[in-house]
Amino acid sequence: MAVTSVMIVGVGGQGSLLASKLLGKLLVDEGYDVKVSEVHGMSQRGGSVVTYVRFGDKVYSPVIEEGEADFIVSFEKIEAARWIKCLKKGGKVIVNTQQIDPMPVIIGAAEYPQAVLDEIKGAGVDVDDIDALSLAQQAGSAKAVNIVLMGRLAKGFDIPYENWIKAIENSVAPKFVEMNKKAFELGYNCK
Amino acid sequence: MKQLLIGNAAVARGLYEAGCSVFSSYPGTPSTEITEFAAKYDEIYCEWAPNEKVAMEVAFGASLGGKRSACAMKHVGLNVAADPLFTLSYTGVTGGMVICVADDPGMHSSQNEQDSRHYAIAAKVPMLEPSDSAEAYEFAKKAYDISEKFDTPVFLRICTRIAHSQSIVETGDRAEKQAIPYKKNPAKYIMMPGNAKKRHPIVEKRTLDLTEFAETCEFNKVEMGGTDVGIITSGTCYQYVKEVFGDSVSVYKLGLIHPMPVNALKEFASKVKKVIVVEELDGIIEAHCRNIGIEVEGKEKFTNIGEFSQKTIADVFGKDAKASTSIETEIPGRPPMMCAGCPHRGMYYVLAKNKVTVLGDIGCYTLGAVPPLSAMDSTLCMGASVSGVHGFNKAGLEATEGKTVAVIGDSTFMHSGVTGLINIAYNGSNSTVIILDNSITGMTGHQQNPTTGYNIKGDPAGKINLEALCHSIGINRVTVVDPYDLEECERVLKEELAAKEPSVIISRRPCVLLKYVKPKTPLKVNPDKCRSCKKCMKFGCPAISIKNGKAFVDATLCVGCEVCKQLCPFDAFESEVQA
Repeated sequence: MAVTSVMIVGVGGQGSLLASKLLGKLLVDEGYDVKVSEVHGMSQRGGSVVTYVRFGDKVYSPVIEEGEADFIVSFEKIEAARWIKCLKKGGKVIVNTQQIDPMPVIIGAAEYPQAVLDEIKGAGVDVDDIDALSLAQQAGSAKAVNIVLMGRLAKGFDIPYENWIKAIENSVAPKFVEMNKKAFELGYNCK
Repeated sequence: MKQLLIGNAAVARGLYEAGCSVFSSYPGTPSTEITEFAAKYDEIYCEWAPNEKVAMEVAFGASLGGKRSACAMKHVGLNVAADPLFTLSYTGVTGGMVICVADDPGMHSSQNEQDSRHYAIAAKVPMLEPSDSAEAYEFAKKAYDISEKFDTPVFLRICTRIAHSQSIVETGDRAEKQAIPYKKNPAKYIMMPGNAKKRHPIVEKRTLDLTEFAETCEFNKVEMGGTDVGIITSGTCYQYVKEVFGDSVSVYKLGLIHPMPVNALKEFASKVKKVIVVEELDGIIEAHCRNIGIEVEGKEKFTNIGEFSQKTIADVFGKDAKASTSIETEIPGRPPMMCAGCPHRGMYYVLAKNKVTVLGDIGCYTLGAVPPLSAMDSTLCMGASVSGVHGFNKAGLEATEGKTVAVIGDSTFMHSGVTGLINIAYNGSNSTVIILDNSITGMTGHQQNPTTGYNIKGDPAGKINLEALCHSIGINRVTVVDPYDLEECERVLKEELAAKEPSVIISRRPCVLLKYVKPKTPLKVNPDKCRSCKKCMKFGCPAISIKNGKAFVDATLCVGCEVCKQLCPFDAFESEVQA
């Protein structure tokens, strides 16, 4: 199988690390060669964060470059736009419509580009925008945004639903399993 | 067991299985997790040392004592440990010793982009470089055999992309190593000139032996494919080369990158029409090839700046860019910043307000340099704030004294700030040093240090008393302030700057991200009271923004530190009373 590339992007502290951990483990269990890459450090302090997940029969590079991502999963509205050049033609963007103002916007040095998702859609990109924060809160915790988005991503994958659920059961603390399963289902079935 | 591991965890696993017994390190991105993962194995004695020099010397002592030892550091940490390194090359080892060093091409979280391979060459110490987690595991495990066979410490060099990428590793079991009994051996271990002169030829002979080893060792691999182009590469660049070319070119992959083979590379070169060297940072493989008479292309095609990817290589080889989507809207940057409620912010606000010149240091608090606070004038390396402010004041005298401070974190102060403070006390400059004591090593992800009272396993440990330490050096004026109290911070700052002797201000409050620090109720802005003066915006708290012309607090970020309350002239920030 050719390599599939998924970019998970967001803001430091949003829980994208757990999402990539879940996805990575699931893909190993499915028998794929997998590489996951993320950069720690300064990015943890509210900066822009990006994680690459690549899987297939044989994966060499752990990074995703311009025009290579099959999926971009964005935890925040403009982060999807920041990385859009990495999307392959015909690729899909899943985006949480939550807005988190970056410091230049907070201090008034820049405007938050509200219409940027429309611009991406206008450029012919398949954008699946969902209010993952509300769905996560509906499931029981704002922190479950990552699992809501994984549920949405799962729709585009050929991996049985129950295998995802098994991966959740193996990745989160027992007391949070039910809440996360609910969050996954809400992401999978919304709209 | 087959599992997905980050490179750093794979290194720790390899060292563990090979019988590593003593591990000492100072944290530094991207190397930190090597030691954190090693600390999870009870069979390894593991510690955070105050700095990399101490760590390497601890590993030396353990090796001298006959056990397999290791230390880990980032590239700039190796500068700190360079002193023991160069002579360790002469003494060699008793128990095997591995030095893990993590470079940061692209400077994801570093102050420079130095290439550690130069150290291997300069110190004449062998260096291994894996290209993914499986190799990181395997090379770490086998490094000890090289160390003991050739009587030398061994470098394991990784870069950020290996350290923090996960790939599949098939792990095994630990092989317990019996300690080699200690035997006094002055000629080998006492490096006085008379002994060292006899050790140097042994080092040179060792490099020749290792070069011979490099010709056939399992770490270097030839993968013949198309013969129009032969690529010599190592580490993560190997992955990028394979990503772009698959088997359409021939590849010589170096796993032992110092010393490099001679005949094996010549033989490879003879089988291909053209040889190209692909390496990040400096042209070290390329220089070796030219030295041994192989005609290669390298840095005239590839930059020695920044991190590579498959795109770097595809672009150099003139491959068509992949189709992608571009947009016209400019996306505002999202730089890292101090967290909401960060205790450092209060002190920086006061420094900015009083227009104090600030010699800064390395840690989370370096973020005091970014707008809107912009309260920093220099950042060089660990500890340089304290030594630097002394020099700045010796140069400026009355012109700068009373207007300049050094700012350094608790962990960085322990690392190498204290020696600078000794210099201030000894050579008497009228300098003020602010220790931002947030009771943890923050930037690297919350490691304990000598001031926190806990060790790497989280167990109670010796606790250095900063006040007593400063006093004992000879600093008479030592004041502790709470950075959440702006008035107190400003009063003490002015007093200490005015004092005609050295002084230390300890700005003490634990990092808000520590588990035991419980957030308080978020504040709310009373829009009737807010007059849109935007004074609170000068504070740079990510939880505060302007919505519809009025200040607004994001309740998901606010931790209720209430410092903004002290800033607002109109009492618009209100503590919400929970029902």
